[in-house]
Amino acid sequence: MSVRHGLLALLAERPAGAYQLRQEFERRTGGTWPLNMGQVSTTLDRLVRDGLVAPADADGDVPRWTLSPAGHDALRDWWAAPVARTAPARDELAIKLALAVSTPGVDVRRLVQVQRTETMRAMQALHRLRVEGAAGADADLAWSLVVDNLVFAAEAEIRWLDHVEARVARAAATRDARPPAPAPRPATAPADDETAARR
Amino acid sequence: MTRGPVLVTARGLTRVHGEGPSQVRAVAGVDLAVRAGELVAVMGPSGSGKTSLLRLLGGLDVPTSGRVTVAGQDLSELGPDDRARVRRRTVGYVFQQLNLVPLLTAAENVALPLELDGIRPRSARAAALGALADLGVADLADRFPRDLSGGQQQLVALARALVGERRVVLADEPTGALDSTTGDEVVRLLRARVDAGAAAVVVTHDARVAAWADRTVFLRDGVVTDVAEPGDPTDLLLGTPREASW
Repeated sequence: MSVRHGLLALLAERPAGAYQLRQEFERRTGGTWPLNMGQVSTTLDRLVRDGLVAPADADGDVPRWTLSPAGHDALRDWWAAPVARTAPARDELAIKLALAVSTPGVDVRRLVQVQRTETMRAMQALHRLRVEGAAGADADLAWSLVVDNLVFAAEAEIRWLDHVEARVARAAATRDARPPAPAPRPATAPADDETAARR
Repeated sequence: MTRGPVLVTARGLTRVHGEGPSQVRAVAGVDLAVRAGELVAVMGPSGSGKTSLLRLLGGLDVPTSGRVTVAGQDLSELGPDDRARVRRRTVGYVFQQLNLVPLLTAAENVALPLELDGIRPRSARAAALGALADLGVADLADRFPRDLSGGQQQLVALARALVGERRVVLADEPTGALDSTTGDEVVRLLRARVDAGAAAVVVTHDARVAAWADRTVFLRDGVVTDVAEPGDPTDLLLGTPREASW
């Protein structure tokens, strides 16, 4: 997703100024995606340039923006289309582990455990936040769903780390259990020599 | 909630099974202290010693060396009968296989530890009904285990662990056989009991269960390899639920 679509979604509800858009965007995304005013202004400029957003009546001195018909179409297309999963983000942890298992001398087991502890800490903190947030009188559904997403991502990472650990252990056990390569046979067997001598 | 006194302590806890070359150190020198108001999760791969550790903490097994203290009582100084008394009065244990008695109703199962402890059947039943009601399953009181779903059986087993004045709850994979919604409910109820002043240790392979804990202890080959305590959520999330601005 881009900030662009986020602003289109908000402007589809009502005309708004840049500051108001920034506030509402952060609120709805649980603060996981903080924006600065520069980003909002630049994005609005581009949306106007592309004909998706048009100036609306100002609120006093504050300029406001609204969605054009083309903007409504673009937004409808965005809601209808799945988020593409074809280009996975580069995950530092995945890359770190890929390097660790192929680099001699790295204690992969320790690396996995240290990471699992860190991810568990994060998951516990997020969980606590979720429980406390959900207990509030005005529990915010959008916010709590974003936190849920982070909790599930942490859980998935821990499960993946368990999987890595098991795979690495299995690979090591297979390596250890493999019989040593047989010694090369001498070119002429002694028994054959004896037979030859008796002849 | 504010943490209370230490209710469970393990010092240098070691349990060795077998002898000679086939000897296995299931638990090897574990130190642990759990306070009232604290929920500790124990995680680790299969065979890492999680269940062995829990059995030692609950007095179901005797350590090869080291000590376990529960509510101020050193279990190593107690004979089998006194250990059993501590288990009945102070420790609620949720088994992986639940261990409900098939010939007893849910209420009778929950009342069983109290009756074994000499409490009159009528009082024990009243306490059992209270424990079932606390977990929202009072309507299951007169049903037999075979007539209960897996989730319902788990809630009855939890009620049996919580009934009476038990201040220590030990649970071995309490959500293992449950769907995620029922599992969440079981852990939420356990958490509520801890927040009301109990100390709990939960063995789990499920990170979602451990997320409810104040601390997660990682075991491997019977040794504590790491401990996780909740981090600072502001590093992960900048916002909190707020009133809509429009």
